[in-house]
Amino acid sequence: MELILSLGIGVLVGSGVWLLLRPRTFQVIIGLGLISYAVNLFIFSMGRLVADKPPVTQAGTRIDPAMLADPVPQALVLTAIVIGFATTALFLVILLATRGLTGTDHVDGREPD
Amino acid sequence: MFAAFAIVAILYPFISEGEVLRSDIEWLPAQGLNFTLRMDGFAWMFSMLITGIGFLVVLYARYYMSPRDPVPRFFSFLLAFAGAMQGMVIAGNLILLAIFWELTSIFSFLLIGYWHHNAAAREGARMSLIITGTGGLCLLAGLILTGYIVGSYDLDSVLAAGNAIREHELYVPTLALILLGALTKSAQFPFHFWLPNAMAAPTPVSAYLHSATMVKAGVFLLTRLWPVLSGTDEWFFILGLAGMSTLLLGAYFAIFQRDLKGLLAYSTISHLGLITTLLSLGSPLAAVAAIFHMVNHATFKASLFMAAGIIDHEAGTRDMRKLSGLFSYMPITATLAMVASAAMAGVPLLNGFLSKEMFFAETLGQHSSSMLDEMLPYVATIAGAFAVTYSVRFIHTVFFGPKPQELPGEPHEPPHWMRLPIEFLVLACLIVGIIPGMTIGPYLHTAVTSVLGDRTPQYSLAIWHGISTPLIMSMIAFISGILLYLILKNYLARCEDGPPGLNRLKGQHIFDRMLVTLSWRWARWLEESFGTHRLQPQLFLVILIALIAGCWPFITTDSSFALPSLTGIDPVFALLWGTGMACALGAAYQAKYHRLAALILMGGAGLITCITFVWFSAPDLAVTQLLVEIVTTVLILLGLRWLPKRVEKIDIASTLTAKARRLRDLILAISCGSGMMLIAYHAMTSAPLHDSIARFFVEQAYPEGGGHNVVNVILVDFRGFDTFGEITVLGIVALTVYALLRRFRPAPDSIDIPEQQRRQNAFDDDHPERNIGETVHDYLLVPSVIMQWMFPFIILLAVYLFLRGHDLPGGGFAAGITLAIGLLLQYLASGTRQIEDRLHIMPIRWIGFGLLLAALTGMGSWLSGFPFLTTYSTYLEIPLIGQLPVATALFFDLGVLLLVVGATALMLLAIAHQSTRSYRTRTTESAKTGEET
Repeated sequence: MELILSLGIGVLVGSGVWLLLRPRTFQVIIGLGLISYAVNLFIFSMGRLVADKPPVTQAGTRIDPAMLADPVPQALVLTAIVIGFATTALFLVILLATRGLTGTDHVDGREPD
Repeated sequence: MFAAFAIVAILYPFISEGEVLRSDIEWLPAQGLNFTLRMDGFAWMFSMLITGIGFLVVLYARYYMSPRDPVPRFFSFLLAFAGAMQGMVIAGNLILLAIFWELTSIFSFLLIGYWHHNAAAREGARMSLIITGTGGLCLLAGLILTGYIVGSYDLDSVLAAGNAIREHELYVPTLALILLGALTKSAQFPFHFWLPNAMAAPTPVSAYLHSATMVKAGVFLLTRLWPVLSGTDEWFFILGLAGMSTLLLGAYFAIFQRDLKGLLAYSTISHLGLITTLLSLGSPLAAVAAIFHMVNHATFKASLFMAAGIIDHEAGTRDMRKLSGLFSYMPITATLAMVASAAMAGVPLLNGFLSKEMFFAETLGQHSSSMLDEMLPYVATIAGAFAVTYSVRFIHTVFFGPKPQELPGEPHEPPHWMRLPIEFLVLACLIVGIIPGMTIGPYLHTAVTSVLGDRTPQYSLAIWHGISTPLIMSMIAFISGILLYLILKNYLARCEDGPPGLNRLKGQHIFDRMLVTLSWRWARWLEESFGTHRLQPQLFLVILIALIAGCWPFITTDSSFALPSLTGIDPVFALLWGTGMACALGAAYQAKYHRLAALILMGGAGLITCITFVWFSAPDLAVTQLLVEIVTTVLILLGLRWLPKRVEKIDIASTLTAKARRLRDLILAISCGSGMMLIAYHAMTSAPLHDSIARFFVEQAYPEGGGHNVVNVILVDFRGFDTFGEITVLGIVALTVYALLRRFRPAPDSIDIPEQQRRQNAFDDDHPERNIGETVHDYLLVPSVIMQWMFPFIILLAVYLFLRGHDLPGGGFAAGITLAIGLLLQYLASGTRQIEDRLHIMPIRWIGFGLLLAALTGMGSWLSGFPFLTTYSTYLEIPLIGQLPVATALFFDLGVLLLVVGATALMLLAIAHQSTRSYRTRTTESAKTGEET
């Protein structure tokens, strides 16, 4: 399982980095999206992969942290997802505004010579 | 200001017996940084100067400033400066002192540049900031070294460790750095040139900062650290040389100034040089004279500056070649200025005389057997003569002689309140000059004792010491000074600005040239050599460095990887990620020409991520990820419309360099991907951490946070403050998006209505019974009915997610986005225009109320004496619904919900709203053509 997930993370990062280095703004925004998935998954996986043990305690039972998934990376990732959304939105709008102002969607704000 | 003055005055009895008032507030105790304030006799005396003269200057500025100037800005800067200066004087911690020191530099910059439409003011402000700021940095370094030697930044400990500092091997660098700070601040040669340029400031500023307070900060510090640093050869040579050259050059330059304020500025430089020279001598009596002269100089120089300001104000110019014979117009001001400048020249019966006599007496003593020491009496006498010359010149050219010609204004006496501060200060000069022992005597004694401690010498403040060498030196200075003036009189009336011979040697030119070299030539060279305006190389470098940093630990340490085991792989999961990887690669491949496809593929990768969260016990993440995925996709879809169309002629870059670049990027991407994979695999397969903070959170979630869903409890309770910061960021981003889009100008080729819509509208146009937009509406008839009916259920779902959030997966974030999606569906169903006509959502208010609610909930815990965001939780029995967990965190979560709804809706709606633009443009255009036909 770990192998598959790390392979997935690797492919996401690779695709994201490739897109990040492309000249068109839309490619960069998609690249950032892919990288943010990868980073979220990576942080999340730092709590190790545990199936069927969500970090929700049961009333009246003794709490054993070893029996639950690690909640800390999850809390980190939860906020990361929301902030990721906000930055994507901001980037999108900057992309649109730049395109309006410069007339091009090249990352440098002008077509290469 | 007056209140501050009164407070300082009241404090006198507490410190008159040599006590030290202290107030400690812990700031960063681990770093030895405390907000310590301490007031002893010396600090008290300076505080009196700062607040007393400050009060008089404020009174004076009230009449000086023109109503057209932004007066509130002036007074706030001035008062802020006074605060900083006061703080510096009573700071009891070296670092705190450095901070206040920098603050005075900054406010001085703002005050000099107050008339920022004036190029000279900007220039002078910048110069003073650069010089005093650089000095301030040196000072900070010097003080840190001192703290390192002593082992404490506390001023009392430092003062007690004089021997340790002087004998330490780092003494010389420490001393040099501290002296650099003090000399730049006090405008000592060779850093003196900023002060005359600072005269572009309004006159009250010059009177306050550049005579009485800020420039005194340097000598204040030297006096403060005098018991610790002085007495060595290095101290004497650096300070003595700087002080004596400043004393002489300042006085010499002052004679040849055209500008009244320029003359006063150079005179100030010279007097500061005098104080520095006194301090350099290292004898306690000289220190007494230095302290005494600081007070005296502040009194007469402030009054002279104010008088110069009045002359400028009433006569309209400060050029001494134009001014003359003003005595008949303003006799009272003239008399006051005469007394003050007599004090400046050191005429008997005035305070300037006393300290100057002490200075002369001190120069005669034997301090070290060096040339410098031998020269001192002569230098002092010559400088004294120069001082007499410029004082006489000031009075004679301005107030006597023929009636002024070609003055911009008709001079007259100023309002009485404007003159009052001068009267007061001049009176002080007189009283101190005539009966020093009864007036300033005890206060001076307190100040001196607080600096010198046991080494306080015997001294007397009498006017008459008999015929002594200092008196003869004074006489020589007087006579030769007056003679010099008589010789130079005609020359001065028409001379160029600046002294003959030394005019070319201007520190300012050197400074300018250095500045140009440093900040222009070198900077340009650096930018040309290493900079680029292109984003791609920059990103490439950033990623490359990140890759190297990531690989570093693997290269340097010997780490072995366990071979991956292929057992225990769930085929479904493998298939899932097979799809995910295909999606990612596809998105990367398609993003250039097939944006929609790339977006959908990215969404696919997002869904796989979401399923992974479900698979590995993270239901909260899965819910949030799914919802955010929807919103992000819709958002980018809305943006797609404004991106350029596909260019028909696809020129696949086929040049060799382009291919090489793509290959290079590909290699980097693959290395990053495999690097991440290795690290992730390594981390995931290593032993789990059992004793992380997770244990605390899991165990305390219910007992302390009152919730079973640990993730949610962490977010809204344990790490509530982080969440608070995060929602603030979200709100700011949403507002930024909104602000950027308010002035949105689409690119010319995106303004037209999209092809599909145009055809649909054309179809509507052709059929008279149809309205425009109906076709679009018809296409979505069934979905839109469903969407409209779904609205209440979506709201219900959001409420459900919200309420269960504390105990089960859900929570404010998820609920907020759900609600925003509900709104979004309404937009999709009915079209932007119809929905905006009917439904008034005010997302900015949601954001505001959300943030307010979260903050108020947090502050609520203050009422019961707990820190910000402490949660109180209980269970509430509600009929029909049953037992409901109610924690104050619920209100916080409600705030989160409101803000998330507001922010998400604001962003989506702001982009969605743009689609009505082209419609509007078109309707206005058609309306115009309609009118024409």
